[in-house]
Amino acid sequence: MSTETGIAATTQPRLPRGVRLKHDEMRGEWLLLAPERVVKPNPIALEILKRCDGVATLEEIVDGLAAQFSADRARVDADVRALLAELAGKRMVDL
Amino acid sequence: MNAVTKTLAAPVGLLAELTHRCPLGCPYCSNPVELEQRAVELDTKTWKRVFSEAADLGVIHVHLSGGEPAARRDLLDIVAHCAKVGLYSNLITSGIGLTEALIGKLAAAGLDHVQLSIQDCESASCDRIAGYAGAFAKKMAVANWVTSAGLPLTVNAVIHRANVSRAGRMVELAVRLGARRVEIAHTQYYGWGLVNRAALMPTKTQAEAAIAEVEALRQTYAGTIVIDHVIPDYHARYPKACMGGWAKRTLNITPSGKALPCHAAETIPGLTFWNVREASLGEIWYNSPAFNAFRGTDWMLEPCRSCERRDIDYGGCRCQALALTGDARNADPVCILSPHHDKVAAIAAFAEEGAGGADYIYRRMKVPAAAE
Repeated sequence: MSTETGIAATTQPRLPRGVRLKHDEMRGEWLLLAPERVVKPNPIALEILKRCDGVATLEEIVDGLAAQFSADRARVDADVRALLAELAGKRMVDL
Repeated sequence: MNAVTKTLAAPVGLLAELTHRCPLGCPYCSNPVELEQRAVELDTKTWKRVFSEAADLGVIHVHLSGGEPAARRDLLDIVAHCAKVGLYSNLITSGIGLTEALIGKLAAAGLDHVQLSIQDCESASCDRIAGYAGAFAKKMAVANWVTSAGLPLTVNAVIHRANVSRAGRMVELAVRLGARRVEIAHTQYYGWGLVNRAALMPTKTQAEAAIAEVEALRQTYAGTIVIDHVIPDYHARYPKACMGGWAKRTLNITPSGKALPCHAAETIPGLTFWNVREASLGEIWYNSPAFNAFRGTDWMLEPCRSCERRDIDYGGCRCQALALTGDARNADPVCILSPHHDKVAAIAAFAEEGAGGADYIYRRMKVPAAAE
C-alpha cells in the first residue's frame, strides 16, 4: 500500500509559493488557495495540509495524525499518500 | 431586492484593470474597443480602498490586469496593499515594462503569482501578433526573472489562426520556462476579437487538431504543469457557464472605476454600471441594477426558462447572446436548442472558407489627431 504512490517516508511535503492554506474569516472556513483555484479541504485533508510545512516528513505527519486521532496508522498512511499524490499532480503540493 | 441580498454569495474573484494603457496591440485583446484614457484612471488611494473593500466583502483572488499593469507607477504600492489586506494577488502581464529589480520588489511585497502572456512560441510571429518588435525576447527574460525570484509562473497563450498549429509547442515552451501552469485559450470573439474575427478565426479542422494536441499533453506533463484549456464554444453543443453565472462569482473594475459583471458587459445596452468612486464594492455587488440584471432565472426567455440545464450553464454568455441575436436575454446561440443556432453555424462556416489573409486592426487607444 505505502509504496503505491511512490512517495518516500522521508519526503518533506510543503505548499509551494502561490499555494496557501487560509482561514477565511468571512466564510468561517479553511480554504486552499492556488492560481485560479480555491479548494475547500475536507476535515482530514485540512489536518494533513496544516502539517505540510516543508519540515515534517511524511512519516512524522502520519505518526502525528495517527496519535492525535487515535487512528489506525496504515489507514492514515494511505490517506496521506493519496492526498499528497493528488495535490502534487495539481501542483498544489511539492514533494 | 432584499431577498437577493440575503441569498447571494460573496464574490471570490476581482479583476482589476488598473489601466488600459499597453505597449502591445494584440488584435484579440479582451479590453473594450473604446479604451479608457490615462486621465480618467483611478488614483492609488482609490484602488487601495477598493482592495480593502474587496477583502472585507470576501474576495479571495485579485487579478491585477490591464492593459499592462506595469504601466502604473504605483504597481508595487498596490501589490503591497493587497498583501496587507490578505488578498491573493495575481499579476496578469505582457511582461513589457517589468524589470528584474521590480519583479524582485513585487515578490518581496507579497505578490502571490504571475501570469505572463505569450503570443506565439516563434519570435517573429509573436512580435507580429503583438505588434511590438522585441516582445518575444523580453517575455523570455521576464519568465526567467519571475521564476528566479521564486514566484510561481503561469504562461497564457491565446490561440487563433496565426498560431493554431503551434498550440502544443506553446505548452512545451511553458514547461521549459518553468511554469507550473499554462492556459491555452482559444480566442473569444468579443471586443477587439470581434473586430478582427476574419483574421483570427481558425478553421474547425485546425481548431480540433490543436485541441487534441493539447489534451494529449495533459498525460505527458501530468505533475509537471497544470493545463487549463479554454476551447472555442462556436463548435460546442451547449454554451459555457459564462463567468460561472452572471455576477455570481467575480467582478471587474475598469481603469476609471466602473464595476462590471464581466469585461464585455458594457456592450449590453440599457445596463447602468455603478462606479467605485461613488459606491462601495459591497453596495455594487449586492444592489447595483447591472449586477442584478441577469441573476437567478427570472430574466430568462425560452428555451432557457424551462430548460433543465438552466442552472448548469445559466443560458450561456449574455454578451454573445446580444451580439448574435440582438437580445441579451436570449439563450446563447451556441446552444443547439437556440432558435438562432444557425447564426453560430454560419460564422463557423465563414471561418472554413475565410482566406485568413485579412490584416489585423491592432488594439490601440484613440488619440486626438493633434497628439499624433
